[in-house]
Amino acid sequence: MNRLRVYLGAVMLAVLCSSAVMAADPVPIGLITTLSGPGGYTGQDVRDGFALAVEQEGGKLGGVPVNVTVEDDGLNPATGRAIADRFLQQNKAKIITGIVFSNVMATVAPDVLAAGALFISPNAGLSTFAGSDCNKNLFVTSFQNDAANVPAGVFAGQHGYKKMMLMAADYVAGRDMIAGFKMSYKGDAQEIYPKLDQTDFSAEIARIRDANPDALFYFLPGGAGINFLKQYAQAGVKVPLVATIFSLDSQILAATGDASAGMSVIGHYNLDFPNAANKAFVSAFVARYHRPPTFYAADAYDTAHAIGTALRAAGGDDSKIDVMRTELRKADFKSVRGNFKFGPNQYPVQDWYLMQVERGADGKLAVVTKSKVVSDYGDPFASKCKM
Amino acid sequence: MQLFVEQSINSLQLGVMLFLLASGLTLVFGIMNVINLAQGSLYMIGAFGAATAAAHGVPFPLALVFGAACGCAAAVVLEVALVRRLYERDHLDQVLVTFGVILFVNELVAIVFGRSPVFMTTPDALRGSVNLLGVPYPVYRLVIIGIGLAVAGGLYGLIGHTRIGMLVRAGATHRDMVEALGVNVALLFTFVFALAGVLAGLAGATVGPIFSVSVGMGEQILITTFVVIVVGGLGSVRGAFVAALLVATIDTFGRAYIPGLLAHVFSPVTAENLGGGLSAISIYVFMAIVLVWRPRGLFPIATR
Repeated sequence: MNRLRVYLGAVMLAVLCSSAVMAADPVPIGLITTLSGPGGYTGQDVRDGFALAVEQEGGKLGGVPVNVTVEDDGLNPATGRAIADRFLQQNKAKIITGIVFSNVMATVAPDVLAAGALFISPNAGLSTFAGSDCNKNLFVTSFQNDAANVPAGVFAGQHGYKKMMLMAADYVAGRDMIAGFKMSYKGDAQEIYPKLDQTDFSAEIARIRDANPDALFYFLPGGAGINFLKQYAQAGVKVPLVATIFSLDSQILAATGDASAGMSVIGHYNLDFPNAANKAFVSAFVARYHRPPTFYAADAYDTAHAIGTALRAAGGDDSKIDVMRTELRKADFKSVRGNFKFGPNQYPVQDWYLMQVERGADGKLAVVTKSKVVSDYGDPFASKCKM
Repeated sequence: MQLFVEQSINSLQLGVMLFLLASGLTLVFGIMNVINLAQGSLYMIGAFGAATAAAHGVPFPLALVFGAACGCAAAVVLEVALVRRLYERDHLDQVLVTFGVILFVNELVAIVFGRSPVFMTTPDALRGSVNLLGVPYPVYRLVIIGIGLAVAGGLYGLIGHTRIGMLVRAGATHRDMVEALGVNVALLFTFVFALAGVLAGLAGATVGPIFSVSVGMGEQILITTFVVIVVGGLGSVRGAFVAALLVATIDTFGRAYIPGLLAHVFSPVTAENLGGGLSAISIYVFMAIVLVWRPRGLFPIATR
């Protein structure tokens, strides 16, 4: 009986709270990201990059007050789903963002879309929603997983690598990455898929040494990338490394010391991009958080600005999903990446660059942008999307 | 052949690593009958302690000692503040509390150090590799093997040939009798817990230069550690040593060879996919087989 009373009380409170949400209240935004575990810094940067944009506007985005609720999915799809349901039902959020890992996105996005809300990924770029299953309420502001690797394959071909080893963490994004690389790389390729939560890579390193390929292309995000790179450098294998930015963000660079020296990195964002928006972003981020932003933070910062344009167009009324969507499609904001627009599947169309890890004048390693590998590149699935 | 040699040494290295964690866990379980999920947290504390010390210019061997000391101190605090109250409770309560400790310690470390992984370098003298039977093998991994074997030897001596070891062994099998003989069992238990903390802290400190030192690093290795103590027989240090080597060998060789063997039968892509899955479950299959054959593990200690 007592428990029933508590329950009824909770329901009444919930009803009261939800009816109290009037137009004047801040627009709720649900930010689900990965804050715990060895990949936790990725979500931290998403959260901080997003929060920086909101702070710079004094708690608003696009002139509209927002209330951003952050929750940790712990890299667990089921947890992410439970949080999303709570955001949608209790917070009445119409905008869900923040997700870093593609396996979490695969579980969460369908629920969000079924509820008629907007799903805006600041990082995870699953192939599932890029092709024929694209959705008018789903936006990705970072990249499409496969697409990021096509330029890497182009680079490997240009560099004359004929026999390569491809290694990726064994989960949905890892598979996407390797598939993307093989779209543009036509030489011999042997594939290895270590586990996503693996810490020791000695067996894989021994296989690489044994196979002695022209180069190793790998995708190991977050903690796994750090573990691998440290161990690889120590093992003294001389096979050159090629990776996308996911396996060498600024945190991995800092956490691996000299291990990444000389590595070739393909990416869509770098700290040294000379455009004004990026310069302002990097100095503001460093001043606020005392560390250089990763691309996770940069993409989240862009995401916040994209949401800002949508909220401004809707006059702060987040029930006008159609208006917000139409405005989002225009990508009418200054991206820190410079050139940015959305393709027909609402995944990005942007430039990809070759960067190299070099020692700067201060003796520290830095990722230096070298040349543009492809321009205005979307992804291989966009043509299959019929909105 | 070269691959085989390299993988054998890799197995040994992973094995002694697992042993450092598993020996503490199995001692605590065997002697105190406590399931301590927070062993991974002690490992993380050891790693952060050593990385912080190394970052402040402390010489590497001392940083390792400091890491072990951090693990020890944290273990003593944990035992006195919490675990002491759990001896009479059932295992579910112990699991719940120590799981809570994991969450608490993770958040605490995140507050103090942030979520960014901490960098810990390999000392210059231990960088590079030596030629071992035709394989260039990283010196640092040999150091890990050395540390692990030294600890195993030390534990063997401590448990098998000292008075305190005798009490520990007696406490594991005949707790009531030891108490009746007037031994301060509470102190003995604190000692065992502190010892487990030293082992976990040392393990964490040792892997700092090759793993990502970050929040949540303990949970990644915890499950494999439990497999080791279950296979070895709960409470048996010798069992933990043998099981750690077996589990490491199966894991390493599975990852190295299963995909290649399957490639003779399937297409390379299928073989890599299937092989990845099979090698991922290999240690659990091994555990199941051992448990069918010897339900109480390879080296069960005498029952109470």
